Amino acid sequence: MCELAGQVAAASCERVEDRTDENNEHMATDTPAEVAADTKIVRDATCTFCGCVCDDIDLTVKGHSIIKAKRACVLGTAWFLNHGIDDRPSCLIQGTPATVEQGIERSAEILSSARYPLIYGLSDTTSESQRVATGIADWIGGIIDTTTSVCHGPSGMAFQGVGEVTCSLGEVRNRGDLIIFWGSNPAESHPRHFTKYSLMPKGMFVPNGRKDRTCVIIDVRKTKSAKAADIFLQIKPRSDFEVAWTLRALLQDIELDPEQVERETGLPLEVWQDLVDRMKAAKFGVIFFGMGVTMTRGKHANSEAILALTRDLNRYTRFTCKPNRGHGNVTGADNVVAWRTGFPFGVNLARGYPRFNPGEYTAADVLARREADAAMIIASDPLANFSQPAREHLASIPFIAMDPKESPTTRAAEVAFTVATYGINVPGTVYRMDDVPIPLRPAFDSPHPSDYDVLLGIDRRVRELKNIQPRGT
Amino acid sequence: MAESFILIPGRTSKQGVGINEGKFGETYQREINVLQVAHEDFDRLGLSPGAMVRLTSESGEVQVAVEAAKPGDLPAGLLFIAYGDLSSRLMGGDTHGSGMPTSKGLDVELEVLETDSTTQ
Repeated sequence: MCELAGQVAAASCERVEDRTDENNEHMATDTPAEVAADTKIVRDATCTFCGCVCDDIDLTVKGHSIIKAKRACVLGTAWFLNHGIDDRPSCLIQGTPATVEQGIERSAEILSSARYPLIYGLSDTTSESQRVATGIADWIGGIIDTTTSVCHGPSGMAFQGVGEVTCSLGEVRNRGDLIIFWGSNPAESHPRHFTKYSLMPKGMFVPNGRKDRTCVIIDVRKTKSAKAADIFLQIKPRSDFEVAWTLRALLQDIELDPEQVERETGLPLEVWQDLVDRMKAAKFGVIFFGMGVTMTRGKHANSEAILALTRDLNRYTRFTCKPNRGHGNVTGADNVVAWRTGFPFGVNLARGYPRFNPGEYTAADVLARREADAAMIIASDPLANFSQPAREHLASIPFIAMDPKESPTTRAAEVAFTVATYGINVPGTVYRMDDVPIPLRPAFDSPHPSDYDVLLGIDRRVRELKNIQPRGT
Repeated sequence: MAESFILIPGRTSKQGVGINEGKFGETYQREINVLQVAHEDFDRLGLSPGAMVRLTSESGEVQVAVEAAKPGDLPAGLLFIAYGDLSSRLMGGDTHGSGMPTSKGLDVELEVLETDSTTQ
């Protein structure tokens, strides 16, 4: 068991219950065939597939596999049921099986000898691993960047420019009476968002649940989420900026040209006036915005406009705004990199102090511009998701990859570690999309090391190779 | 003859399930390798499910099989594809100083290579 596992073992064990527990609620609900003698139940396990980080999942575990994930959505079920033990070596160096120690040694050599190394990914691992990875970036004078830069990185830039009027998902659940999803499709990306937090729950100040809430969806296409909306506003593609500023103008009672508004947003002025009236009349409004906003032309300017609109609305009522974060611990990556360096992503530590400049120190850029000469990719798959120039350059430099699953990135890595899965095999902490830290309750041990243990090994060896004295000496 | 469209790459729940099953598995590969075309455009272009088209952006070119979106789901002129290798090939490397490549709302030219998949 890894070092971290030892620290939290007691807490985890309290949640692991033997099937013979008479008080186990599952004994009453599960059929005898489902709770066989060689199974155990892990209650209140945490799903780390998406940013909802649902921590109420009851797992039925049989040996090295999970056979049932009660309360999990379609994505959570696929997450839990498909993360058994991969029958692959824990480490491959240039495609040849190697020991983990050999992999750590080679990884440390690659990173220590590089002139402009990149550490990237980190949104699907624990905050404990994120902390160690950030430290390694500091030792090697490299760049630390996370998948935030290619999801809500523009929103991170906007937060710095405009600020964020925010709240927890618990407040949304208990208070939200006008819920707006903008460029976000939670029905497919966060399937329990509606039922657990934003639309269906009966809350303290919305006792009738869905009946007390109005749901508005703003999108360029009629997504599955749109079908759950009271009002669906299909806007012209790439007009998010214009829509946000139209709403801001109407909020200020500025007279607008109806023809221009319809031409630029795709919808008549009356529609936007109606929405503004509803926003002002709400008791507690929330805008959840997604990558339909941040990945489209305008990017951080789109996010800024929506955040500024939210700020403006607080002259009339309580209104908040939240990015709908995708990966299970991408929010943790922002938090950890920020509390270690002062900036949330795209941080250059080459001069011995942190510098932040999206577009210059972000992974998509340093790869597409062919600047990085080595990389370490943790829990991410840029060879599937990055632009072609970035992918071509990554494939041309020595890099290390860590992932529980085989991916295009692990296949092309010089050193590839098959690691244990966070939340299923590995304990630790993740941050929900509203910055609430949640503990993990693993279901079974893995023969593969955690990325935390591998990173600790690389951290130690890098410091030896670079002759960096241990802390405190 | 090529026609101009706007391409929206995005997430789907099937793609998410496929990621968990494995990126080299059938679920993921099938989901990222099919292009949804607005119902009206699908009919107007005389396409049938599985027919091949070529998409060309400022940054790349791919060939992909098509299917019709459900009526009303996509407006005419819009295309949808699940994030993956093909959508990445159409993205440019420039992030315009943001760290984020323009990954949605891509201008593409669509050229029909075959209207009927059974002619393969």
